[in-house]
Amino acid sequence: MEFFKYKQPLGFMGKSKIAMAISIILVLASYAILATKGLNYGIDFAGGTIVQVKYEKKAPIEAMREKLKGNKLFDSATITKFGSPQEVIIRMKTASASVSKDIGDVTRAALKGTGNFKVRRVDIVGPKVGSELKEKGLMALFLSVAAILIYVAFRFEWRFAVASIVALIHDVSIAMGAVSLFQIDVNLDVLAAILTLLGYSLNDTIIVFDRIREGITKSKKANLTEIINESITRTLARTTLTSLTTFFVVFTLFMFGGEIIHAFAFTLLVGIIVGTYSSVFIASPLLLLFGFDVKGYHTKLAEKAKREAEKNRMREQFESGVM
Amino acid sequence: MKLNYRIVIFALAIVFGIVFSLPSLLQTQSGKKITLGLDLQGGLHMLLGVKTEEATKSRIKSMAASIKHFADRNDILIDGLTFDDKSVTFEVLDSDDIKTFDTFLSKIEGVKVTDKNSVITLTLTPKEIKKTKKQAVSQAIETIRNRLDQFGLSEPIVARQGKDKILVELAGIKTPQEEQRARKLISRAAKLEMMAVDEARNARVYNMSDADAVAYGDVILEDVKNPKIKYLVHEIPILDGGMLTGANVGFDRNNRPVINFKLNAEGADIFGDFTGKNVGKRLAVVLDGKVYSAPNINERIGGGSGQISGNYTVLEAKDLAIALRSGALLAPIFMMEKRSVGPSLGADSIKASMIALIGGFVLVIAFMMVYYRMAGLIANIALIANLLLLLAVMSLFGATLTLPGMAGIVLTVGMAVDANVIITERIRELIYEGKSMHKAVEDGYSNAMTAILDANITTLIASVVLYVYGTGAIKGFAITMSIGILASMLTAILGTHGIYQMLESKMSKSKNYRFWFGIKG
Repeated sequence: MEFFKYKQPLGFMGKSKIAMAISIILVLASYAILATKGLNYGIDFAGGTIVQVKYEKKAPIEAMREKLKGNKLFDSATITKFGSPQEVIIRMKTASASVSKDIGDVTRAALKGTGNFKVRRVDIVGPKVGSELKEKGLMALFLSVAAILIYVAFRFEWRFAVASIVALIHDVSIAMGAVSLFQIDVNLDVLAAILTLLGYSLNDTIIVFDRIREGITKSKKANLTEIINESITRTLARTTLTSLTTFFVVFTLFMFGGEIIHAFAFTLLVGIIVGTYSSVFIASPLLLLFGFDVKGYHTKLAEKAKREAEKNRMREQFESGVM
Repeated sequence: MKLNYRIVIFALAIVFGIVFSLPSLLQTQSGKKITLGLDLQGGLHMLLGVKTEEATKSRIKSMAASIKHFADRNDILIDGLTFDDKSVTFEVLDSDDIKTFDTFLSKIEGVKVTDKNSVITLTLTPKEIKKTKKQAVSQAIETIRNRLDQFGLSEPIVARQGKDKILVELAGIKTPQEEQRARKLISRAAKLEMMAVDEARNARVYNMSDADAVAYGDVILEDVKNPKIKYLVHEIPILDGGMLTGANVGFDRNNRPVINFKLNAEGADIFGDFTGKNVGKRLAVVLDGKVYSAPNINERIGGGSGQISGNYTVLEAKDLAIALRSGALLAPIFMMEKRSVGPSLGADSIKASMIALIGGFVLVIAFMMVYYRMAGLIANIALIANLLLLLAVMSLFGATLTLPGMAGIVLTVGMAVDANVIITERIRELIYEGKSMHKAVEDGYSNAMTAILDANITTLIASVVLYVYGTGAIKGFAITMSIGILASMLTAILGTHGIYQMLESKMSKSKNYRFWFGIKG
C-alpha cells in the first residue's frame, strides 16, 4: 500500500507564508489564552489536597456539598466528576501537615450517610514540596532544551539548531495554550508530556533536517527552496506514518487509559499534531528565513575535504619517510 | 537461508528477552521481577519533614533534668533552674560546691559554660545545634524503620531524601484502617516521662493559667482518659524514655491490656532514689504529654520496672509497645507530601493502561502489516522483541513500573516502529530508482542510519533529563522510555537488518515487490 508517491517535489515552501501566518496567529492566541485564563496548576505544583471518592451508585454531588459545608477543613473544597458518574474528586487548596490525622479519614466521616462509597486516593502536597517540584520541573524543561540545542548545533549547524528550537517553542506554546484553554490540571504528568513532546517534535524535525543536509551535500543545486521542497516530499511518508502510529497509541491511551492518565494523553495528542505540522511547515522555512547559504556551505565542505586530503597526504608522506 | 552475525545477536536478544521477562509475565515464585509502583498496586507514599528545632529543645530539657538530679544526689543547693531554646541557667547557692559541679559539667559535650557570680549558664554551641538537628533526622529515620519493621508489612521503604526529609513507602496497605494504624505508629512521639506532681500547689491547678505554672517551674498536663482532670507537675522530668530497655503488652487484674516497661540501671537508680525520698507524694506517668496515671508512692520502688495503663485495645497497646521499644522520636515529624492509592484504584489503572497498550499495539501491528507487507511483518517482529527486551531489562534491574511508566511503554510501541518506517521508506525510494532489492536494502539501512541515530539521541536526551529531575512516578516514565529507545536500536535496526540478510537468497529470486515492500515496483 502506498499513499505518498510523488514524481515531482511538492511546493511546500510556496505555502510557507500562509503556514507562518497561521502559526503566528495560533501562538499569539495561545499566549492570549495563557494570559487571560492562566494555567490551572494542580496540587503537584500549587500544593493542596485531592481526595478521590467512588460511589457504588451515581455520586450524589449535591448531597456531598451539603455535608461538607460548614466544615472548616473543606472551606476551599470543590467537588467535580472524575471520569465515570460514580467517581468524584474533592480538591482543596490546603494541605494538612499532620501525620496521624488524615483528611481521607475526615472525609470518610464527613460523607457518612451519602451512600456507599470508598475513598480511593488521597494526595497531599505541602507548599514547600510544591514549589520544589515547580523549580525542578522548570529546570528540567530548560536543561533539556539547552542539551538538545547543543546537540543539534554540534551535529548540524547553528541555523538548524535555532530553527529547531523555534519550532519547539512553537509546539510547546500551542500545547500549553490548549492546556490552558481546556483548563487541564497542570501536574507532573503534563510536564512529562511536554518533555516527551520536546523529544518527539525534535525527532520529526531532525529527520527532515537530515534529508535537507543530505540534499545540500549531495546535490549540486544551489537553490535551497528546491532542496527543502524535495527533502520534505521525500520524508513526507515517514513523517505522516510515524505520526500516525504514535497518534494511534496516544489516542488509545486518551480514550481507554483511564482518567488519571487523561491530562498526559491530551497534552501529547495536541503536541503530536502540532509537532508534525511544525517540522514540515515551520522549522524548514525558518532555514530559508535565516538565510542558510548553500554555496557557502559547499565551499566550506570543499575546504574541509581539501584540508582532510592535505592532512592525509602529509601523513602518507610522513609514514613513507619522505619528510 | 543464511546465518549472519546480526541475526545471531538478534536471536540472542530475543532469548534474553524471553528468559528474563518470563518471571514478570507469569509472576513466577522465583526470579527477578518488575515491581509495581504504589500507584498500580496500591499503597502509601509519604515525604515527612522533621521539626528539628524541637530536638534541641528536648536536648536542653534533658540536660536540665540531669543537672537537677546531680544536685539532689550530692546535696548541692541550687536555685532558679530555668531553660530556653538554647541554654540552661541556674544558681549554685554555696560557692564551695561550684568545684564539684564543674567536674560534672565538664563532662557534658557541646556546650559553653559561663559562670557569673555562681550563676551558671550552659549554652549549646552552634556546631552542637547543627549536630543535634542532623542527629534528629537520622534518629527519626532509624526509629521509623524500627517501628515499621515490627508492624508486619513486607519491605517497607524508609530513606533519607535530600538533607532533612524522610521518604516512607509502604506497599500492600489494603485498608484505610491499616493505613491509619501505620501513620499513627510512625508519627507517635512515644516520649515517656516520669514527672513529680507538685503537691504543694496541685490543689490550685484548676485556677491556674499555663503562665502561672511556668512561673513555678511547673506545667499543667491533662489526664489521657478525661481531659477535664488536670495535674500540676514539675516541668523537669525525673527520668525519660531514653532509659527504657523494654516494653511489652501485659494484662492487669481486670484483664485489660497494659504495657510493662523496664528501665536500665541508671534509670532504676534514679527511680529508686526519687521514690525513696518522696513517699506519700504522687508520681505521674506521662506519655506524649498526657498523664496516663498518677499513683501514690507508698515506698521506695527499686528494680526499675513499671506499668502504663490506659484505655486501649490490644492492638493499640501492641503498637504503643512497639513505639516505646523503638525509642522516642527526638523531634516530631510532619507531613510534606502524601500519596495514597487504594488497591482497587491501582487495579483499575492497570486494567485501563493494559487496554490502551493492547489496543495501540494491535493498531500499530495491523497498520504496519497492511502498509508494508513483509517489511511490516519484519518490523512487527522487531517491535515484539523490543517489548520483551524492555520487560527483561526492567525485571533484571528490579525497576519499578508506574502508571506513567505504562504510558512510556505505550508510547514506545508507537515510536519504536519509526526506525523501520524510515528504513522501509528509504528502501522503497531506492527500488523506484531501479536498484535491486538486495542493494536497496543495504543502501536503505546505511542511508537511514544517521537520521535514526540523531532522532533517537535527542529523544534520549529529553528522557534522561526527565529521569534526573523527575520525581516518583514520573521517573518510571523516563525509565521505560529510555530503555525502550535503547532496545529499539538493537531490535529495529540491527535485528530487522539481520532478518533481511537471512532472507536474501529468497528475496533476490523474487520480483514480487508487493509481497516484500508493499509497492508495485
